[in-house]
Amino acid sequence: MQSVGVVIVSHSPKVAEGAADMVRQMVGEEVPLAWTGGNPSGGLGTDVGQIMAAIDRAWSNAGVVILVDLGGAETNSEMAIEMLPDDRRAKVLICNAPVVEGAVVAATEAAGGSSVDIVQQTAEEYSAR
Amino acid sequence: MDLGADLRAELVRAVATTIERHAEELTTLDQAIGDGDHGLNMKRGFEAVLADVANLSAKPWPDFLKGVGTMLVMKVGGASGPLYGTLFMGLGKDLPAEPTRADLVRAFRGAITAVQARGKSERGQKTMLDVLIPVAEKLEAGVAETGAITLAAHAAADATIPVKAVRGRASFLGDRSIGHMDPGARSSALMIEAVAKVLEKA
Repeated sequence: MQSVGVVIVSHSPKVAEGAADMVRQMVGEEVPLAWTGGNPSGGLGTDVGQIMAAIDRAWSNAGVVILVDLGGAETNSEMAIEMLPDDRRAKVLICNAPVVEGAVVAATEAAGGSSVDIVQQTAEEYSAR
Repeated sequence: MDLGADLRAELVRAVATTIERHAEELTTLDQAIGDGDHGLNMKRGFEAVLADVANLSAKPWPDFLKGVGTMLVMKVGGASGPLYGTLFMGLGKDLPAEPTRADLVRAFRGAITAVQARGKSERGQKTMLDVLIPVAEKLEAGVAETGAITLAAHAAADATIPVKAVRGRASFLGDRSIGHMDPGARSSALMIEAVAKVLEKA
């Protein structure tokens, strides 16, 4: 079975891309990975449509976890999840974890074949340390 | 009351105009305790709504409000997108095609409940809810006079000044958030004033 996908959502496209680079270095190409950052005008912020597109790029039938930075990234990610088709919605979880560390931990866990719940839990436990 | 397409278009224009006019002020408020993008984000959102006003206002009330909400969700780019988007989508959710005043008041309360769930927030936390909830209470108490509604909305926004933020980016500031008006409370009050003025003439 395909491993859980990872989506990185930051207000800054540079932060999101940089975090994705670090994930790639750790786990290579085996985990579906996508990032997005910036508001619909290209400034700092997040974009619901782009988050939905990133979920689509990182899609795995095993599910997708999303790492977010600040408030609006979380609210917009929750909105994006709600706007997904019914069969996908329940498989997408937001991790309450720091975006860079959480993404690396989540991707490493996902690469081991864990379920979406375990990937989320592992990323969140890391941040609770 | 004529609740037709012309009225819907006028409401969009009135709200978009007030947001445009106050964009800088909202941004300044947000610079003090947030990330300084509230005015610009709201302006971008309502510019998009305004650009589609002919199409949106031709739809019946429930679809019109859902359309406005979806546009805000997709275009605003900050947390205010999903929050205001949820407010408008919530307004449209259980509204009949030809709503009465009672229907609108009920829909407003339902929409506020949806915003509370979206923002995981309650009244008294220095947010837009601190304006929306007192206004809903006035409407539920039967207050219909535009001046009274507008006054209540602005007084409620002013009342966020001494409050310490516990939600959103402003909460990072802790006690330093005290002494500033919440930008979302301000934008809510401005929108309520604009809507009340249009509905008064309708």
